[in-house]
Amino acid sequence: MMAETIPGAAAPAGAVRVGRRVGRRAGLHVGRHGGRSAGARRSRGGTGWAAFGFIAPAWLYVAAFYVYPLAANVRMSFQDYTVTSFFTGRAPFVGWRNYEAVWQDPAFAATVANTVLFTVGSLLFQFGAGLALAVFFQRRFPLGGLLRSLLLVPWLLPLVVSGTAWRWIMETDSGVLNQALMQVHLIDRPIPWLASTSVSLLSVTLVNIWVGVPFNMVILYGGLQGIPAHLYEAAALDGAGAWRRFRHITLPLLRPVTAVVLTLGLIYTLKVFDVIMVLTQGGPADSSQTLTTFAYDLSFQRLTFGHGAVVGNLLIVVAVVFAFVYLRATRDGEGRAAA
Amino acid sequence: MTRISGTPLRTARRAAAVTVAAVTALTAAACGDSVGDAAEGGSGGASTLTEIDYYEAAPQNTQLPKLLDECAAQVGVTIEHQQVPRAQFMPKLLQQASSHAMPDLALIDNPDLPQLAATGGLLPLSDAGLTTEGLYPSIVEAGRFQDKTYGIAPGVNGLALYYNKDVFADAGLTPPKTWDDLTRAARALTKGSRYGIAFSAVGTEEGSFQFEPFLWTAGAGLKQLDSPQAVQALTLWKDLVDGKSASKSVVTWTQADVNDQFMAGNAAMMVNGPWQLPTLNEKKDLNFGIVPIPVPSPEADPVTPLGGEVWTVGRSDPAREKNAVAVLKCLLSQDKSLEWSTNAGYIPSNEAAAKQMAASNPQLAAFVEEVATARARTAELGTAYPKASEALFNAIQASLAGGTPPQEALSAAQAAAGA
Repeated sequence: MMAETIPGAAAPAGAVRVGRRVGRRAGLHVGRHGGRSAGARRSRGGTGWAAFGFIAPAWLYVAAFYVYPLAANVRMSFQDYTVTSFFTGRAPFVGWRNYEAVWQDPAFAATVANTVLFTVGSLLFQFGAGLALAVFFQRRFPLGGLLRSLLLVPWLLPLVVSGTAWRWIMETDSGVLNQALMQVHLIDRPIPWLASTSVSLLSVTLVNIWVGVPFNMVILYGGLQGIPAHLYEAAALDGAGAWRRFRHITLPLLRPVTAVVLTLGLIYTLKVFDVIMVLTQGGPADSSQTLTTFAYDLSFQRLTFGHGAVVGNLLIVVAVVFAFVYLRATRDGEGRAAA
Repeated sequence: MTRISGTPLRTARRAAAVTVAAVTALTAAACGDSVGDAAEGGSGGASTLTEIDYYEAAPQNTQLPKLLDECAAQVGVTIEHQQVPRAQFMPKLLQQASSHAMPDLALIDNPDLPQLAATGGLLPLSDAGLTTEGLYPSIVEAGRFQDKTYGIAPGVNGLALYYNKDVFADAGLTPPKTWDDLTRAARALTKGSRYGIAFSAVGTEEGSFQFEPFLWTAGAGLKQLDSPQAVQALTLWKDLVDGKSASKSVVTWTQADVNDQFMAGNAAMMVNGPWQLPTLNEKKDLNFGIVPIPVPSPEADPVTPLGGEVWTVGRSDPAREKNAVAVLKCLLSQDKSLEWSTNAGYIPSNEAAAKQMAASNPQLAAFVEEVATARARTAELGTAYPKASEALFNAIQASLAGGTPPQEALSAAQAAAGA
């Protein structure tokens, strides 16, 4: 029962399947009206047209807003697309030269490393904190509901607003973070959170964790609600302590939700842009540059659109790979439930 | 579809037909729209001109529309005014160019001019009968590309050293003239939450712009970013930050942030331009003075980068271009140029007008003195300037925020700029 409800969240796969089912049902329905053999053949043709009519808008939408931009981006990555190209509409094809240029860019290796650190760090702590909070809020206590909804605030605030607030908080000289840390004597001189090449990546990761915790908490809390209470009761009767109950009931039964949260979180984190842009613009000296901000920098600051397209493609490939992992994971879950 | 007979299928087919027709119509409408836009931008009514600039803050963002309306009325056209943030300005302009709807008038940052002129989308103003006579040679140079004038500045600016007179008087100091004076004063005036000096070393063109006076005054050029003189200049900045005379946050501050720090009393000196004057003058209890940027040795002259935006005319059709040029003539006329400079914190690009302004307004004397020797940022490298500038601000940041030795940071910059 429970396992089936979770893959329902898998919108793409689920939608296709439901669509097919509805189509088949509709076909039967029309066939019954159509009558005998000749009528049946004609009706099948008719259903084809009708089906096409219903699918066409979706396909046109996907083609215009997803396929075309993606294809254009792939094409652009093989072109020397400069400022002049915008006026003349001409951009010569240069083969793999853009890819070579990005590969050899002195900032590229560090940017990939930053992206990995940022993503893994964010995911690990977002998930950890989200799970801890979800388990915590399962207990009932006064004002628990209020507290839980307050924790959603980071998620509800526009990222530019929270980013700007964090920029002030993390200011080296007058920021409240350094003031507070110095008041309690944890540090004896201000940490240049956003102004040092060695700390800036950590700072943007910390803020991104803060942004991502509510998402993890909400989904995991939902998953926890689906675990039947009698399992815990039975385990408690058998003498299992809190840790064993968590280890042997909560974690295994939460696994499908975990897969969803982590893959979605990964894709969301890979494409994080606003947090970094508001806090550090990828600086100082590219020290908090990730692939997304790097792509923006290449395209819209350096105006080398071909290079930007290369990084964009790279991001898409990574995201698609993990999207497949995600679809795979949710499909497995459904398969097991059906068996 | 013609074989429809009276079966219940009809409904389904009709639905399909309607859907297909609707989608086709929508697509056609979408295509039609873009064609319409292009036509409007290209050959539509010549009495409505479009204008684009990146002034978001007062007083410039209110003064410019006022001036535009005055000149539009004089020529007998209307001007559609558009403001976009600085970071999105070039992408926006390029996007308009790709749909053949270049704005008739664009006020662009002067180092961006060669790049835009190289595209062929701008009208050569020298051919259209606009003259640059009487303007500072450096700003005329900044508006030229391949021996033609494409952009003319209504006003220019440069950088100078602002200092807090009260703080200096309390410490018994006089404003610094040389680098040694500067370092000493900055150290002496750093106290409590106040730093000796504030400047912007942010990772954008602004950071390079602020560093260039020191780079050029030291005798270095943009063609060789790792020259000993350039290393000297970067070492000056690095010592100020490492010696705690300047905040480590300089790498995140824009020039507007620097101004805020100075106004809040968090810095005794700052490097900034005349466009901050309208804001600074509003704070009545702030007693400040302005001197030229300090130089390495007493006999050196300050060489500052020439700041300011130039008006350009986008190519369209003869009627529109003629109107745009007429509006531009009005905007660049001596009295309008003077009005703009006074209200928006610029130095008139007309040499005579600038000298007149300096005589009547002592606040501007330091700037006017510097503008005479200012250098256009693109003078050395032309279209290659943005790349060198990026390499330069990255080197500054690596050195100030990451502890990379100036020599090493600048060698990396030279490698990146030359690549």
